[in-house]
Amino acid sequence: MPGLGTSFGRGGATTAQWDLVNSDCIVIQGSNMAECHPVGFRFVMEARERGAKIIHVDPRFTRTSANADLYCPIRPGTDIAFLGGLINYVLSNDKWFKEYVLRYTNASTIINGDFKDTEDLGGLFSGYDAEKRVYDPSSWTYQGESVPAAVGAHPARTGESYTERLNRTEAGPPPRDETLQDPHCVFQILKRHFARYTPELVEQICGTPQDVFLQVAEAITANSGRERTTAFCYAVGWTQHTVGVQNIRTAAILQLLLGNIGRPGGGIMALRGHATIQGSTDIPTLFNILPGYLAMPHEGDKTLDDYIHANQAPSGWWYNQPKYIVSLLKAWYGEHASKDNEFGFQHLPKLLSEDDYSYYPMFFKMKDGKIKGLFVHGENFAVGGPSSGIERAAMRKLAWCVVRDPFLIETADFWKLDGVDPATVDTEVFYMPAAWPPEKDGSFTNTQRMLQWHDKAVDPPGDARSETWFFVHLGRRLRELYAGSTAARDQGLLTMTWDYPLEGAMQEPRAESVSEEISGYTVADNKQVAGYAALKDDGSTACGCWIYSGYIPEKGVNLAASRDRDAPGENTNHSRWGWAWPANRRILYNRASADPDGNPWSERKKLVWWDQSANDGKGAWTGHDVPDFELHKAPGTPVQRQGVGMDAISGADPFIMQSDGRGWIYVPSGLKDGPLPTHYEPAESPVGNQLYPTCGNNPCMVTFDRPDMPYNGMENPRFPYIITTYRLTEQHTSGAMSRWNTWLAELQPEFFVELSPQLAGEKGVQTGDWVTLTTTRDEVEAKALVTERMQPLRIAGREYHVIGMPYHWGPAGVVTGDVANDLIGVALDPNVKIHEAKAFTCDLRKGRKRMGMPAAAEQDALRASAPDGGTIGRSESEGAEMAHAAPAAGR
Amino acid sequence: MAKGFFTDTSLCIGCKACEVACKEWNQLPADSYSMTGMSYDNTAHLGATTWRHVAFIEQFDDQTGHFMGLGGATAGSGGHAVASHVGDVQSNVQANGDGRTRQRGDGRASTGVLDRPRASTSTSPRRSDETTGGFLGDHRWLMMSDVCKHCSNAGCLEVCPTGAIIRNEFGDVYVQPDICNGCGYCQVACPFGVIEVSERDGRAWKCTLCYDRQKDGLTPACAKACPTQSIQFGEIDELRDRARARVAMLHERGVTGAYLYGVDEDTSVGPLNAFFLLADEPEVYNLPRQPHVPNAQVIPSYIATAITGVVLGAATLLAISGRGRRS
Repeated sequence: MPGLGTSFGRGGATTAQWDLVNSDCIVIQGSNMAECHPVGFRFVMEARERGAKIIHVDPRFTRTSANADLYCPIRPGTDIAFLGGLINYVLSNDKWFKEYVLRYTNASTIINGDFKDTEDLGGLFSGYDAEKRVYDPSSWTYQGESVPAAVGAHPARTGESYTERLNRTEAGPPPRDETLQDPHCVFQILKRHFARYTPELVEQICGTPQDVFLQVAEAITANSGRERTTAFCYAVGWTQHTVGVQNIRTAAILQLLLGNIGRPGGGIMALRGHATIQGSTDIPTLFNILPGYLAMPHEGDKTLDDYIHANQAPSGWWYNQPKYIVSLLKAWYGEHASKDNEFGFQHLPKLLSEDDYSYYPMFFKMKDGKIKGLFVHGENFAVGGPSSGIERAAMRKLAWCVVRDPFLIETADFWKLDGVDPATVDTEVFYMPAAWPPEKDGSFTNTQRMLQWHDKAVDPPGDARSETWFFVHLGRRLRELYAGSTAARDQGLLTMTWDYPLEGAMQEPRAESVSEEISGYTVADNKQVAGYAALKDDGSTACGCWIYSGYIPEKGVNLAASRDRDAPGENTNHSRWGWAWPANRRILYNRASADPDGNPWSERKKLVWWDQSANDGKGAWTGHDVPDFELHKAPGTPVQRQGVGMDAISGADPFIMQSDGRGWIYVPSGLKDGPLPTHYEPAESPVGNQLYPTCGNNPCMVTFDRPDMPYNGMENPRFPYIITTYRLTEQHTSGAMSRWNTWLAELQPEFFVELSPQLAGEKGVQTGDWVTLTTTRDEVEAKALVTERMQPLRIAGREYHVIGMPYHWGPAGVVTGDVANDLIGVALDPNVKIHEAKAFTCDLRKGRKRMGMPAAAEQDALRASAPDGGTIGRSESEGAEMAHAAPAAGR
Repeated sequence: MAKGFFTDTSLCIGCKACEVACKEWNQLPADSYSMTGMSYDNTAHLGATTWRHVAFIEQFDDQTGHFMGLGGATAGSGGHAVASHVGDVQSNVQANGDGRTRQRGDGRASTGVLDRPRASTSTSPRRSDETTGGFLGDHRWLMMSDVCKHCSNAGCLEVCPTGAIIRNEFGDVYVQPDICNGCGYCQVACPFGVIEVSERDGRAWKCTLCYDRQKDGLTPACAKACPTQSIQFGEIDELRDRARARVAMLHERGVTGAYLYGVDEDTSVGPLNAFFLLADEPEVYNLPRQPHVPNAQVIPSYIATAITGVVLGAATLLAISGRGRRS
């Protein structure tokens, strides 16, 4: 999310899958789209049929590669080196889209003279604190000013007060050098930063043959510019790394240089792995944001004004932030939210600086007995979570646990797994059968930020109920239990709006009533608002998620339920199919599809343009999509000197969420591990960092100094093989939705690993043989599938083997198998705390696991004594307890 | 007018949605839960409970030891099919394993017993200007959704002694389960190994071309579920026209090896109501090059029998007359 968010302004895919048919070249990297998004892949196939070049960059030859024009091998965990090579190719061959880069990105912006690049400091940026393993980003800023990022943990915590920022905004836009010659301008810094990323270096680091790399480079540059566009598609193959956010940042830089953002057939398609993963960050199940990417209050935010001043951007769209937080509080606390009580702001929990509430710290705290209760919805982390043995052991320390799922998944069965005697587990487990989507009303927000409503077709069987039913009735009963309490801490629960109408024999809450609250209404007359432009900061409007505002524009009209495709010959980007945030825009930043004067870059790539004859001759933006710009702001509108908010953005600045209206090639704030992406090795790699020998891994990556979390370390001869995990079409993630389904289970019935014939030959392994894989965490056994689709890679003159391991199996279900994720270590990206499942190391031997091994739960001591393990990276502080705090998922 | 399927393997992404949709609609049980080792194919073949089956065929140039680009494309490259064959699953797995573990002099693994020259280049669908991966390249992972062919001259229908197998109003070959007595003649009469007598209930089963859905004007489940239009359903004449145009277009794009299977060949099964666009020789997909119905042998058999009779008769007469003369 911060990868796209800091670069462009919003943490969502910049385009829609159907728009891929307009691409001239599609690069799929960090994704196995044909296997994991087979329905969306139809648009890639359609593009191929229309003549687009399809490129798949991946460690494995997959079903996506089989349908691509060009397959390009790469070593897991080296995407920045590869994409950085492309950036260097674009810059050194002068293939960048000059007018686009100059006018729509921050390439010309002058950076603080104190800034030092990794090329100056041997792999570190300026401001690094080696002891705490964090950066002080103050030297990364624009010259003379700090700039808030559009998204990030604390968007505007730049050290500058709100008044200072406001004054500075009034002084005008940041200093720029339009000739791009100033050595401190972003363009020159970028050039120097990536100068060493040559095709030779790419081959040495990634194992990608130079000629194949150059074919990719030539394809994307030949298919970018005024007349042509290239799209990038990625999924967790880019995110699940200790440099996950920076992987995406590298693609963002490349697409900005090529002028491919905001244009038909361009963009960066973030492929989400589940039906409504996008929805679960929009209306978050995360600990650090509120609905609509509003920041979670911080302990320093003593009052609502503090909070607003810490987060409101003086320039750009985020100037409107007070309207969104006040409307949110108004939606949550209704008549109990007034100006006098800061609209109920004090009911919100506050983040502590010294604590970490993200996924892994939560489980470590649970394992240490500091968390008593847990709600689990739509997750099967006993199998699907990395180092899942930790999760299972942690759950056995809980006092109580609620698991809602259609099947009795491993996460509800943890008390009898790993050979544990159930009598020794004190956890009280409540398994609640859950309804499937056809058994309930509701909406999905899919990968292209599009809400699609689904109606209930049948009643759920037996005691199965919807999530809405569960939470509404849980809230109702809790409120009854706390009724009459005068304790301050209970007032949030007692004063929240909880009046959803209940219907039928099951007393099912009316799902549309929740949607109406999310979409927003005026308080006085309870009328739906048309969109977020109508929201106010005075308590007169309520809106549960500002970016979703307008999908129920009036009672009884649900735009998410609309299902009209464009008629033949019509082009509205299927605007009447579902509803996409924000404001039903399908391609974000589409102002950039027109040149600075408002004319399309080319007839062929026309999307949104300025029509001077519209609006009674005063002009308006129009086109094949909802313009992502102020509708009547003419292209020539200059920045208003004393202006704040959108007045500080000119008519030619297309990235309206950014404080300077520009796409950020260089990110001056908002990221924890640097303003530019840099190649670092994965936390566990058999290869050293050839670019920065003294700086192996991401210097800010998060690891844990605990005896139960050993790491394989770098260049450890005990673990010589590179391993990567993934999904198959036939099963779904941890298997919770597929391993119990006979029709899916028979298609991929057994846990297997994919080996190259060369590695299989070395080990004397044939297809169908058992093999055992080992890391310092655990060992698992799987069947071998020997295939030439896996090939060794030559890295720095040596041959390295890559093992492929799908992770769908576990001890329960129709088909079972060892838990692949038990092998993975908890090494995290510093920005989003995502683990590194896509590149780590292991050993492999022929045969089954040793019999009589101690159960996983009892292996802690064994792990602690692992001789070659060791701690790398930053250690999390233990911090304050969160004993009574249920995790984010249960809120 | 007959309805049927056009299965275009050049658009197949191997998602198996057709297999699942078929089993779900027709309420067919799972076959088994074991890994075959034949690429990603774990249902192995069509049968009584599998009416759509996706075959996966890995074809890699193992001469280079690396993916393409290292050393470039190798002329006359070896290819091997991980094609399935009814009842021959285990031997295939063995063959692959054996082959892969045998080392060549150059230290690179060989595909051993499955090493064989690729089909002649004239039918190879490689695009001439590409040396890279994918359906159009040197390294291929072919995927093909197989199904009952609903032959114009269907062996199963011809031999059925009870009249259980009929040609229905949509021109498709349909087994009436309430009439089938499970004799199994159809199973040996099918040149494609499609129909199978179920071990569960003793009756013969195969694709109905979703007879029930067609009666309600619906598209068969597999074609409905296919995300990439690899499976197309419609009037058979229209489908054939569309398929011929598709082949011409692929040829124009340099994919000279693409051809239709079951449309214009002169075989005794006649044109197939479920036909295919293929990218390699039929055998690669486990399809017979020259399928024939058993009763195509009837007239030659009659003639042969008649000739045999005449010859034997003549010989007998000769023998008798000869003996007579001698005596």
